[in-house]
Amino acid sequence: METVIKVEKLSKKYRIGERLPYKTIREEIINFFKRKKKKNDQFIWALKDVSFEIKKGEVIGIIGPNGAGKTTLLKILSRITEPTDGYAEVYGRVGSLLEVGIGFHPELTGRENIYLNGAMLGMKKKEIDKKFDEIVEFAEMEKFLDTPVKYYSSGMYVRLAFSVAAHFEPDILLVDEVLAVGDISFQKKCLGKMDSITKEGRTVLFVSHNMSAIRALCEKVIWLEKGKIEKIGRSDEITREYEEKFIQKYGISPVRIRNDQEIKYKKFYFKKVEIYDENGNLKTGFKFDEKIILHIELEGEIEEKYHIVFRIYDKNNIMIFSGASAELHNKNFDPKIKKIKIEFGPTNLTIGSYRIELILRKGKIQFATGERIEIDIWENAINFEITDCKPFETNWQLQNPRDGIFVIKNKFYNN
Amino acid sequence: MEKIIIKPKNRWQAVNLKEIYEYRELLFFLIWKDIKVKYKQTIFGIGWAILQPLFMMIIFTLFFGKFAKIPSDNIPYPIFSYTGLIIWTYFANSLLFAVESIVRHQNVVTKIYFPKILLPLSSILSHLLDFLISFFVLIFFLLFYKISPTGNIIYLPIFILISILTAFSVSLYLSALNVYYRDVRYIMNFLIQVWFFLTPITYPTSIIPEKFRLIYGLNPMVGVIEGFRWCILGKEITSIKMMYFSIFIIFILFIGGIYFFKNMERSFADVI
Repeated sequence: METVIKVEKLSKKYRIGERLPYKTIREEIINFFKRKKKKNDQFIWALKDVSFEIKKGEVIGIIGPNGAGKTTLLKILSRITEPTDGYAEVYGRVGSLLEVGIGFHPELTGRENIYLNGAMLGMKKKEIDKKFDEIVEFAEMEKFLDTPVKYYSSGMYVRLAFSVAAHFEPDILLVDEVLAVGDISFQKKCLGKMDSITKEGRTVLFVSHNMSAIRALCEKVIWLEKGKIEKIGRSDEITREYEEKFIQKYGISPVRIRNDQEIKYKKFYFKKVEIYDENGNLKTGFKFDEKIILHIELEGEIEEKYHIVFRIYDKNNIMIFSGASAELHNKNFDPKIKKIKIEFGPTNLTIGSYRIELILRKGKIQFATGERIEIDIWENAINFEITDCKPFETNWQLQNPRDGIFVIKNKFYNN
Repeated sequence: MEKIIIKPKNRWQAVNLKEIYEYRELLFFLIWKDIKVKYKQTIFGIGWAILQPLFMMIIFTLFFGKFAKIPSDNIPYPIFSYTGLIIWTYFANSLLFAVESIVRHQNVVTKIYFPKILLPLSSILSHLLDFLISFFVLIFFLLFYKISPTGNIIYLPIFILISILTAFSVSLYLSALNVYYRDVRYIMNFLIQVWFFLTPITYPTSIIPEKFRLIYGLNPMVGVIEGFRWCILGKEITSIKMMYFSIFIIFILFIGGIYFFKNMERSFADVI
């Protein structure tokens, strides 16, 4: 089969601070004088000597922890940013979906945004005309076509945005973690649509943290770690290996302090997390009916109010719960506040190990657009284990995944 | 099949004109969006395009024309200042809008590939609608003052093109710099104000002493406004040399701008 993407020693160097917000001339002048003192530590390789080939019709998953260079790779292949070194050859029309709804304007109607967004993705007007009805039908929103999207609910907004993206048919499709939005049933519909796209022989590069989606869609996986290729291979093998390493590496401890590498370029971030039980004991093993308390410490400066999300994942990296301070409790924290306590449970989880991810967001949530400004994600903040789960009469211990994830009360009767 | 080579580019390059042509539909959509969005949720809508130069004209006529008795080369002062004002308003407004265009589309710039030059270009072109509307008002003034255009009027499209080119060229530098240094946005108001007084809008070029005219012509808007008045009002051109020089400067600005923009564009997505 013919090669459609050939990547040869591709590298991308960022100057430290380059990815931070813009500078003023004053800062620039100050930096100019400081420049002499600093040397190599001014740079970071977001991607270093990455080489691979992709054949026509292949569906490739790209995995790796945050900061591994996944998005940088997609951005280089879609020509959004230039490589520092190396080269890539791409045959065919490339389309990138790094985000859905790019260029959507809140004042414009659904109809108008379909055209604008389509044109931005690289569709011709004729092409959009032809697919217009299909797009509207897929999004299930005929009635609201002529309403400005600022009046849409966040679900509607995402559906429309996704629908345009799903009908975009370039030869090579580059997809970043965009499936993480929208309601579950719509996500499934999109996955289905993606699956049918790949069956048509289109080449797809798909970045995701969702290992089950990767396994379902991709035959081959590229695993990136710190800008380099760790492994390339069959998707089921590589994803399994990745998951195992993830758990090993981050082990289990009731106190976790973030290493400096992870927070180097952040202005406001999670620094430390501790896990306690109700009686104030530091521990990592809990009973299914115990409450769990997280003590979180933040560091740095922020100007606006911020809010926090915690997510619980099981061993298979399936998110089983997401608790959000703003969305669920209307709780936004003052910039002054640097210590936060989260209390949750009883978890009713079955025996197994679970991972908590912490997300820091700032500003008001735009429910209308679903837009959120994430300033820090601590993927593997802390792990805990459920060690005891005997909710019923016998001594039978419920285990994940053998007996499911959650305890649901049940009884049996003669009837 | 289309083949794209991606590698670091080190040489200075000009903007790829062929690519702009390929993306003409997107350019059209961007212009269309700017126009649509601009007057949404305004009561007066497109009427604002008429009001701004009109009010300025009334105030200038009163203070500069009547009270200060600034000459206007034997053209009724209202007409004299209005012709200057509509082209200036187009220049200033479209420039201000274009300078912010890339930063305004931050999300787009970091998420998809397209020639970024479309952003300032569409901003400049979308303001033409305002210009055309205020131009129609000018026709009413001309009828009112019974001024009939001379044969020079056939050159009008050329001068409109030149004024588009001027605004576009200047925006190429400033919009790109604005990505790197947001200081630009603070300088803009000041710049526009100073530039306004260095441009013959409220006064005729004939009051500029002979020896300063060439330096004065460094301001590209001098050529644009002189030419505009020459086309519409048949006003004699004060100094042909000054005008050619001014237009020459525009082309220099344009060519430089194209190179400048292309080279700044390469790291827009990284620094914005």
